[in-house]
Amino acid sequence: MDYATLLQVLDSTVRLATPLLLACLAGLFSERAGIVDIGLEGKMLAAAFFSAAIAAVSGSVWLGLLAGIAASMVMSGIHGLASITFRGNQLISGVAINFLASGITVLIAQDWFSQGGRTPSLMGGGRFESITLPFAEALRGVPVIGPLYYELISGHSILVYVAFLMVPLTWWILFRTRFGLRLRAVGEAPEAVDTAGVSVVGLRFAAIAICGLLTGLAGAYLATGLQAGFVREMTAGRGYIALAALIFAKWRPWYALYACLLFGLLQAVALRYQNIDLGGFIIPVQVMDALPYILTVVILAGFVGKAIPPRAGGEPYVKER
Amino acid sequence: MTDTPAIELKGISKAFGPVQANKDISIRVMPGTIHGIIGENGAGKSTLMSILYGFYKADAGEIWVNGSHKDITDSQAAISAGIGMVFQHFKLVQNFTVLENIILGAEDGPMLRPSLARARGVLKQLAEEYELSVDPDELVENLSVGHQQRVEILKALYRQADILILDEPTGVLTPAEADHLFRILDHLRAEGKTVILITHKLREIMEITDTVSVMRRGEMTATVKTAETSPEQLAELMVGRKVLLRVDKTPARPGAVLLDVQNLRHVDDAGVERLKGVSLQLRAGEVLGIAGVAGNGQSELLEVLGGYADATGSVTMKGAPLPLSGAGSDGSARRAAGIGHVPEDRQEEGLIMPYTAWENTVFGYHRDPRYQSGLLMNNALIKQEAQDKMTRYDVRPPNPNLAARNFSGGNQQKIVLAREIERDPDVLLIGQPTRGVDIGAIEFIHQEIIRLRDKGKAILLVSVELDEIFSLSDRIAVMFDGQIMGERMPAETDQTELGLLMAGVTERPEGSLIAAVDASLHEKEAREAGQHD
Repeated sequence: MDYATLLQVLDSTVRLATPLLLACLAGLFSERAGIVDIGLEGKMLAAAFFSAAIAAVSGSVWLGLLAGIAASMVMSGIHGLASITFRGNQLISGVAINFLASGITVLIAQDWFSQGGRTPSLMGGGRFESITLPFAEALRGVPVIGPLYYELISGHSILVYVAFLMVPLTWWILFRTRFGLRLRAVGEAPEAVDTAGVSVVGLRFAAIAICGLLTGLAGAYLATGLQAGFVREMTAGRGYIALAALIFAKWRPWYALYACLLFGLLQAVALRYQNIDLGGFIIPVQVMDALPYILTVVILAGFVGKAIPPRAGGEPYVKER
Repeated sequence: MTDTPAIELKGISKAFGPVQANKDISIRVMPGTIHGIIGENGAGKSTLMSILYGFYKADAGEIWVNGSHKDITDSQAAISAGIGMVFQHFKLVQNFTVLENIILGAEDGPMLRPSLARARGVLKQLAEEYELSVDPDELVENLSVGHQQRVEILKALYRQADILILDEPTGVLTPAEADHLFRILDHLRAEGKTVILITHKLREIMEITDTVSVMRRGEMTATVKTAETSPEQLAELMVGRKVLLRVDKTPARPGAVLLDVQNLRHVDDAGVERLKGVSLQLRAGEVLGIAGVAGNGQSELLEVLGGYADATGSVTMKGAPLPLSGAGSDGSARRAAGIGHVPEDRQEEGLIMPYTAWENTVFGYHRDPRYQSGLLMNNALIKQEAQDKMTRYDVRPPNPNLAARNFSGGNQQKIVLAREIERDPDVLLIGQPTRGVDIGAIEFIHQEIIRLRDKGKAILLVSVELDEIFSLSDRIAVMFDGQIMGERMPAETDQTELGLLMAGVTERPEGSLIAAVDASLHEKEAREAGQHD
């Protein structure tokens, strides 16, 4: 493999890792606060549809982004209402959200655009354009570093940079701020937070609001950055992969980055090398495509060391008695 | 001292569904005193204090703090009123450091760093002032229970609490740690702080409090000066009738060795060795008490002997070896060998809570041919026998058709005792016989145990209540960290010596007792942390 090919694979790794990373960090905020969120997939899907639809109608990708975030946050709100306010089962609520999103996106898409459940292809201002960082053109000729900067670091859409900057920001919020301390505490021992005079419900809603915001970004990026429009089920299990990455990352922001890059790399390799010829034996494309999902299964089956989830995860907070 | 009470509760009532936990309770707690609240399980002590701390909301009544009426709707309001509470089950975040737990909810600003820095300074000062030293950077999960309790007290002091409520604080402590806690409380009182101590232990009330209030069935029955009362009077106020606090018994006449345990070792599911070579002999006609703080291998010892945990080593019953794993090592084999077992946790292991009392009186013995009637069970006979047993063991109400969960803790325990004792075992294993049992029932259970001993049976008693060990045992073995630290005769030892053994200290230290206990417990924590990695 030559240097240029390597850069291309890494470049698409970054693009493909972006929605995973945003969703993974979204799940991190939610689960660190003790709310298991299996509905990442559904929220992302809803955000993808509404961002594409509004961008298509208005011609503004920014309005689309806002619509996507709003849709995702509404779904977060439903999840919060069910699992925090009414202390329902968080898994069931999440699954319901996934079904809801899966059905409602196609239904509305058909009703609005009559294109078989997709939105029209986005053009011009309806998509996030790639950003060329300063000096990218000028430095392009410099050996090794020039192409690295131009291909890999420069030339992504704004949401990619947002996603990667979210990693240190998340770390900083969790481990350096009062809000982060309380958020982590409410996922470990809500009774400690309650007796310290801080609202458990308030903290958990704050966490899922952040979760909604980030899944909104993830979905919008899928439909208006990575691709040009919405197609049915376009999240293709990315919400679940993000959850697997979260477990792999042991609920830590930096590890989440590495886990998502690994999944992104597998997807990029599958895209680039459709059939791999190993001296007579050909690995078919389906195997390559399946790799991220196989890794997900392996991780979820617990083959990668012991991951200790937040202790109060999945349990509604009820004062004893 | 002023005449304004630090805390005054007026007419507090609280119901949980049909259960009236607190009925029109009024109480005055004077500043600079230690005020004890005593009562049996379910008397409403904890509920009352949780209301004062804003954890529950009262249905009716008023709370006055230092002479002004306060509307305490949540814990934040209680904290601002200067009230701190140390719950029976600690409210700590296990994987946070001590410092993080201290500042949680009481941070100075949105950034952690300045809050942590200030807390570190304050903590150092409090530690020196009140003998509350604890490593601020250690994770709470690595601390001994005694130190976790210190963190809870420090949390309250950090929030500048003037009124400190402690709910059953000594249940999890070694006697030396409990003594140290009382010294701290004494010190807090000297500093003008007010302490409310909730307990069911009469000895603690007599030892440390100035005033004591007694609760019974949700009502406040009396408030008296501690100096003007006696344990007997308090017990009577708690139960509503005269109770015998001492167990009447004659000296034991030990016979042949029935149960011989040699070098017993057990490793739990997490890979931690819980029994590290336990050896003991149990003779007919004696009660061998196993003293120790919960979690030092006593539970595992009972599980292995009772036949539901595997082990290595040797156990012989009347000279015949008992298998410790595989075929013939289960509970029914043990029962067939003549070993009865009253498990520590009656609700999880002793009874099936949703099943009726009569069903519960035969579990484990339900394969007895007497109870069979062709393919079916002879339920009529079982019911009739259950009724009989319940009458003889004074189970209230004596209705065999009620589900086990509908009985109080003491009556549940009587059902288990009736089942095991009526099978006439040669050896009875009995764990925490009076945990969560009210004083009246304790009296009865203790008499039953001694009666069984006098019939020439061997009894292995495991209890974390040192008073219980002293009053029942003919011989006392102390367990610490999966080992027997030593055996003593009750007449030749005292609480202090046993307390040190319970913390793994075998020689009486020259200097401070608590320092020696701390050091030993710290070593144990370190060993366990090493085993986990």
